[in-house]
Amino acid sequence: MSTFLGIPRARVAGPAADVAVGQLSGDRPFPAAAHEALADSRLRRNLAHATSTIRAKRAAVVEEVPDWEALRDAGSAIKADVMARLPELLEELEANVQSRGGVVHWARDAAEANAIVTRLVRATGAKEVVKVKSMATQEIGLNEALEAAGIQAHETDLAELIVQLGHDKPSHILVPAIHRGRAEIRDIFARQMPGVDPALTDEPRVLAAAARKYLREVFLRAEVAVSGANFAVADTGTLTVVESEGNGRMCLTLPRTLITVMGIEKVVPTWADLEVFLQLLPRSSTGERMNPYTSTWTGVHTVDGSADGVPDGPQEFHLVLLDNGRTRALADELGRTALHCIRCSACLNVCPVYERTGGHAYGSVYPGPIGAVLTPLLTGLTGGHDPNDSLPYASSLCGACYDVCPVKINLPDLLVQLRAQHTEAHTESHRLPSAEATAMKAAAWTMADAGRFAKAGRAATLARHVIRRGRPVLPLPPPLNGWTASRDAPTPPAETFRDWWTRTRGTR
Amino acid sequence: MTAREEVLGRIRSALGDRPAAPPIPRECLRGGVHSPGSPELALQLVDRLEDYRATVVRVGAADDGDIGRAVGDALASREIGQAVTPRGTPREWTGWLADVVVDEGQLSARDLDAIPAVVTGAVVAIAETGTIVLDGGPLCGRRAITLVPDTHVCVVRARDIVQTVPEALARLDPQRPLTFVSGPSATSDIELDRVEGVHGPRTLVVVVVG
Amino acid sequence: MRIALFVTCLGDVLFPDVGRATVQVLERLGHEVVFPQAQTCCGQMHTNTGYQRDAVGLVRHHVEVFEEALADGSEAIVAPSGSCAGSVRHQHAMLARRAGDEVLAMRAEAVAARTFELSQLLVEVLGVTDVGASYPHRVTYHPTCHSLRLLGVGDAPLRLLRAVRGIDLVELPAADSCCGFGGTFAVKNAETSTAMLADKMSAVLTTRAEVVTAGDASCLMHIGGGLSRLRTGVRPVHLAEILASTHGRAA
Repeated sequence: MSTFLGIPRARVAGPAADVAVGQLSGDRPFPAAAHEALADSRLRRNLAHATSTIRAKRAAVVEEVPDWEALRDAGSAIKADVMARLPELLEELEANVQSRGGVVHWARDAAEANAIVTRLVRATGAKEVVKVKSMATQEIGLNEALEAAGIQAHETDLAELIVQLGHDKPSHILVPAIHRGRAEIRDIFARQMPGVDPALTDEPRVLAAAARKYLREVFLRAEVAVSGANFAVADTGTLTVVESEGNGRMCLTLPRTLITVMGIEKVVPTWADLEVFLQLLPRSSTGERMNPYTSTWTGVHTVDGSADGVPDGPQEFHLVLLDNGRTRALADELGRTALHCIRCSACLNVCPVYERTGGHAYGSVYPGPIGAVLTPLLTGLTGGHDPNDSLPYASSLCGACYDVCPVKINLPDLLVQLRAQHTEAHTESHRLPSAEATAMKAAAWTMADAGRFAKAGRAATLARHVIRRGRPVLPLPPPLNGWTASRDAPTPPAETFRDWWTRTRGTR
Repeated sequence: MTAREEVLGRIRSALGDRPAAPPIPRECLRGGVHSPGSPELALQLVDRLEDYRATVVRVGAADDGDIGRAVGDALASREIGQAVTPRGTPREWTGWLADVVVDEGQLSARDLDAIPAVVTGAVVAIAETGTIVLDGGPLCGRRAITLVPDTHVCVVRARDIVQTVPEALARLDPQRPLTFVSGPSATSDIELDRVEGVHGPRTLVVVVVG
Repeated sequence: MRIALFVTCLGDVLFPDVGRATVQVLERLGHEVVFPQAQTCCGQMHTNTGYQRDAVGLVRHHVEVFEEALADGSEAIVAPSGSCAGSVRHQHAMLARRAGDEVLAMRAEAVAARTFELSQLLVEVLGVTDVGASYPHRVTYHPTCHSLRLLGVGDAPLRLLRAVRGIDLVELPAADSCCGFGGTFAVKNAETSTAMLADKMSAVLTTRAEVVTAGDASCLMHIGGGLSRLRTGVRPVHLAEILASTHGRAA
């Protein structure tokens, strides 16, 4: 391991997540995927409309909070504290969940988590499960694993349902069907939703009502639910799900068995810490003061709290704690701050790259700025041209993401750092440096000395003779031709600044 | 090695640099400007509830009969004559209804699906966010009853209205199953256009008392 | 005040007018400008493209050159670039630290503390908003991301522009959106960069301005390159050039 930017000996990174299981990688690099997305005018329109709407909503409700910056500072510090004390907090969480009648499972990776959930569902005899929208279960590809075991998973969040019925992939953390417009959603429902009224219109209200009618029957008969968790409180053993539609409440309340899959980084130390995140998350995420429903539960509940009392909600509760590359990210001093993410998606909504390419271009279930750092941190970088190697470059480093992040993750800094890890992984895995690395080294050598740099600058002024009307006389090689494809090149001046200075003022 | 031992071991190895747990700045405002039960908070709660498309009815005196009349009117205007209610609500609250089902835990989800409304109290309300909190106790009932019926009438007493989220959390017992409700169920999943009414109660009526 | 000019590599080789204009503005205000001849580049391109090892050498060189300027009596260092000033202020010490060179990091911090983007130097350090410029043209201002978010220059450039005589300053819609330059992003993700540029150009065109200005020659090269390719007739002019202008023409 490199000692310069890699992980010093004292920290040992956990294994990378396997990109063959679940959905942490696409099949082609970002620029190739973006090429297609940029040409899709309907997608572009849907994204521009949706992201500008949510940006305005967020800005309005954040403006209302006088201590917003103090809340961000607190959120950031609580998460740093969590990472520093992660083993103790997870053990505390486990003990408290178990003492309240829950069962805690640990999963090293996606395959193990899928196997645990499949085994638990099989043990109940159920052939179907209802699901609350969950990034963790999308990440591990749980639905596919259950399907392979003959168990049908019903996504119940409206956007997830749209994605599932459309045999599509999610493209946003909060609104997985953000890439779809109402007319497309209407068509998907008309084609794929069992028992749907054929006279369905594309009014959002009508579409939501159709989903209610269809899923109501599913909720009433479901025996097993699978959820994620927004937060888990170590000192009480309390789990939290933040949602809007009530599908979460249905899943967390009606079935007999509840299985929650949660990344190990989602723990918070105390009940009082939730006060910070329950203020930061809804305003950053849906742009609401508070989302319609937040549910918290602690193990298994009865009405009077006694073991044989009238049941209130599931009487069997399993919590699956998932690593899947998180301990790899945790070993990276800067990278571990990406684990602070509370999945609000504010960074996606303000990202000028995401706004134009949408989420599918990132390949992973985690798109946008946070995805461009979290995904390669979980899966590792090969140093070659694997799809995830392209992600840290999918940003203009404009910094809008950092400004809105409720837990102040320095995303531009992380992107820059991952780029360095990528080029260094290339150096380690290839005998010959890349053309780019060679060019960079040459530039650095030239620029390390003013004399050499002055000569190079003078040489560059000669290039003015090979640029005609903004285009070079001879075609440029890639990637420089990417510049002249859409932009004129500047004509170099007749004289560099330093030559002008020396000519007019001498060498001082 | 078990998965548990291995994952915990990996975490400890990843934290080989023993990062210091940073001090947590708590400068954020925890308490509100107004004390619980003050008229300003009732006004703010009403404003925020209405902003998220809940219906609000105000009842001046904390008399259970008056509350019952308000509940009855709210349901009658929606042509609802039947409601479920938990054991701990005052009987007067549902006194104006033709058909009241008291939940003793005997109702299945399908039974509840056939009942059009539910009448409960709340343990805390948060003015700034327009939130009512249910705790599964005698006044709020088990979670299913406030979820499956399509109309939820919730009685909030002024003394239970706090200004901020931290004040509410401090009053709540995390060992209870808690549901924070801010308006009727809603979705913004289609073009970020907010639509009220999905799987949870599509109508939320909050009776603010005092 | 004696001020050391960090003209930036791009400013030296491709846009010398920007450096000349910076010198003119500061000298007109009565300051002494020196140009440390050994300066080259802040290393931002290397850093942001993933070549931090190569960048550290450039950081060391930059620190040595400008430490000497400060020792020689310069009280401030000015860069007519939000991006390069941002790199000096927010990346140099970090790079040194990651390379395990704490001494260099501390030296870099000392240089960074005296380094200012031009509008910040004028407004915040020198307390000037009217620099005596005259520029009778319709102008729109694009706040570049690193000026706006990394450095937090706020409205300093706009305050300077508003004080320019004869200027017809028009607000740019969606001004805080990135123009899509992003250094090597512009070539590595050329298509996405172009899509961002298209929206920036259309915002510029709705203002009916004849000049688009900014505090970064690099972003202007990108925006101007697009505007020129489409033969829009809108020309890019660096903020320093407008501030240096005294008789209706950019310096």
